[in-house]
Amino acid sequence: MTLQRSPDAFSADAGKTPTFEQSAKVSLADTQLRRNLGKATQTIRAKRAAAVEEMPDWERLREAGRALKERVTRHLDEYLLRLEESVTRAGGHVHWARDAEESNRIIAGIAKAHDAEEVVKVKSIATDETKLNEYLEGEGITAHETDLAELIIQLAGETSSHILVPAIHKNRAEIRELFKEKLGARGLSDDPSDLTNAARLYLREKFLKAKVGISGANFAVAETGTVCVVESEGNGRMCTTLPPVLVTLMGIEKVIPAWRDYEVFMQLLPRSSTAERMNPYTSFWTGVSRESGDGPNEFHLVLLDNGRTGVLADERGRQALSCIRCSACLNVCPVYERTGGHAYNSVYPGPIGAILTPQLVGIGKPGPDSLPYASSLCGACYEVCPVKINIPEVLIHLRGRVTRHKQDGGGLKGRLDPENAAMKTMARVFSDRKLYEGAQKAARVGQWPLARDGAIGRLPGRLAGWTESRDLKAIPKQTFREWWKARNGSPENGSA
Amino acid sequence: MRVALFITCFNDTFFPETGRATVEVLERLGHEVEFPLAQTCCGQMHFNTGYQREAIPLVRRFVEVFAPYEAVVAPSGSCVGMVRELYPMAAELANDKRLLYEVEELAPKVFELSEFLVKRMGVTDVGAYYPHHVTYHPTCHSLRMLKVGDAPLELLRAVRGIDLVELREARECCGFGGTFAVKNADTSTAMLSDKLRHVLDTEAEVCTAGDNSCLMHIGGGLKRQRAGVRTVHLAEILASTEEAN
Repeated sequence: MTLQRSPDAFSADAGKTPTFEQSAKVSLADTQLRRNLGKATQTIRAKRAAAVEEMPDWERLREAGRALKERVTRHLDEYLLRLEESVTRAGGHVHWARDAEESNRIIAGIAKAHDAEEVVKVKSIATDETKLNEYLEGEGITAHETDLAELIIQLAGETSSHILVPAIHKNRAEIRELFKEKLGARGLSDDPSDLTNAARLYLREKFLKAKVGISGANFAVAETGTVCVVESEGNGRMCTTLPPVLVTLMGIEKVIPAWRDYEVFMQLLPRSSTAERMNPYTSFWTGVSRESGDGPNEFHLVLLDNGRTGVLADERGRQALSCIRCSACLNVCPVYERTGGHAYNSVYPGPIGAILTPQLVGIGKPGPDSLPYASSLCGACYEVCPVKINIPEVLIHLRGRVTRHKQDGGGLKGRLDPENAAMKTMARVFSDRKLYEGAQKAARVGQWPLARDGAIGRLPGRLAGWTESRDLKAIPKQTFREWWKARNGSPENGSA
Repeated sequence: MRVALFITCFNDTFFPETGRATVEVLERLGHEVEFPLAQTCCGQMHFNTGYQREAIPLVRRFVEVFAPYEAVVAPSGSCVGMVRELYPMAAELANDKRLLYEVEELAPKVFELSEFLVKRMGVTDVGAYYPHHVTYHPTCHSLRMLKVGDAPLELLRAVRGIDLVELREARECCGFGGTFAVKNADTSTAMLSDKLRHVLDTEAEVCTAGDNSCLMHIGGGLKRQRAGVRTVHLAEILASTEEAN
């Protein structure tokens, strides 16, 4: 099966990734997508609010989650070494992967060592980040996604549009069509249980045949070496227990200090992600199965950097690494709700993706650089984040980094950029009262060719985006300060 | 109380009527209003668009102009949010400990109008009369940065003659977002169209809020649709009296 993927932020040609505004234009025009997403996000948003409402100590849990993750970020080196030691002690193998290429080589090597031509996978965003499936395909190994939603998008040859619900952009009718075509399912209705059954029949066979399973990880405990996958369907449980060999790919920031920290995260995660008090399947494993013979007898943990240590250097930006992938920020985001995940051109969409992606791939690529601007800074994401990542603050901070990068590294082109020139001029005007008052008068005079009956219907140049859908209020005859000066007699009255 | 009015450059230039209304409400309640003419812009547009080095002189200027006052009041949640929540970040970027200290001194004295009236002064009835069907849109920065809560609604409920109609999905952003409205005009418009639908569903004749920036966006959309619904800043409703009506 050939996967058709346009360049995204993590592709080799990430520099050619379209900007958010270019991609959003396309998504916004898709009325079916708008309908599917609007319905899905509104439903889950209301359910999450109810699930959180039940918790009297929610704010304290959030603070605990934030503090734990901050500690991990500060002492990441120590916790990772401890994790390696614990996993090794429990009979597992730990591999360190600097980037996607190294990670893919390691995983393909393990599969080949076991002559595996097929592998089963449970949803792992890290493997989407490293483009593992494409790499394995090139090595002659077929990867079968087993998470239902991941299977749907794999069959459709698409990419995920949501962290937790990768096929959120599709409705039941579309999935039915897909299963009829790709799985040869006959007499299929669009009833969810019918659709699930069709997928189950297809997947069972894959689970039983596969020699190698590949998973992601929600958490891994430094103290004990216990790795954890949180899921709803049980396909993850099968993926991590049926094949004799298990490989887990995990971003280095997923380590948590101690077993008892699950107390905090297992309360925060399910309520924030699926709005459940507890998710149906939580799998924990420590190393390999020694006596019972139940579960894999070979376990590999691949620790992925891929830009993460670079993010640590940014004291304000690095809180993005605290993310536990609950996706609550996507579900409340008014931008995401309308554009969907594909507009972000990254495996990490939505508000968290807008701060994580440009940091992981580095500032200076037009596509990822546009992501911090894909927000009205409404702050709904920060309000729901279970580990209190101040997403609006990081968005603003990254806009600063993007702008400074353009100004300082962009040469003459950067300096001559019309937005840059306008902003510089306005900053100068605002820094001097006389210039400011002069500019108010000049704008009032200058608008006359545009203004009709107190409104401007069409603006020129880059500002035309405003007047495509909105009138602009014309500048009235008297500014406030002119009124104040007239009312208080002396023009300087009240001046500080 | 001696109150300095922080008009904001946007209101100063585009919405002088909101400034006049703010002065009227504050003076009616017995406050002595001063307007430091040296004020210009708080720097929010520059800062939030990424031109942060350019915003630093504006931060310094603001601190210098307003530091002497006991209280600073603005008819804008967004600009107050900039001062209270983002000035410390600007001072850190400037690597200026003294500025950071001055910012932290000043920030707690800067109020959005409704929070000054309700939370600082404990007033909800400002003696206003406004016989119209009104719906209220809580702007994001007043709601989530300043956490003004129900303060604007408490003020509106005390207005005589008003018929306050609840707005569905009120807490959802209208899609303005500063330069977002221009840089991501398509997404901004998609958000606006849902907000407009909710406003029109209320059958109110007036949509009010504490920020003229959001209101210009909502009002600009309503006007373009010839929807017959106008936007009016909260301060103007509070300033309106029986005599004036």
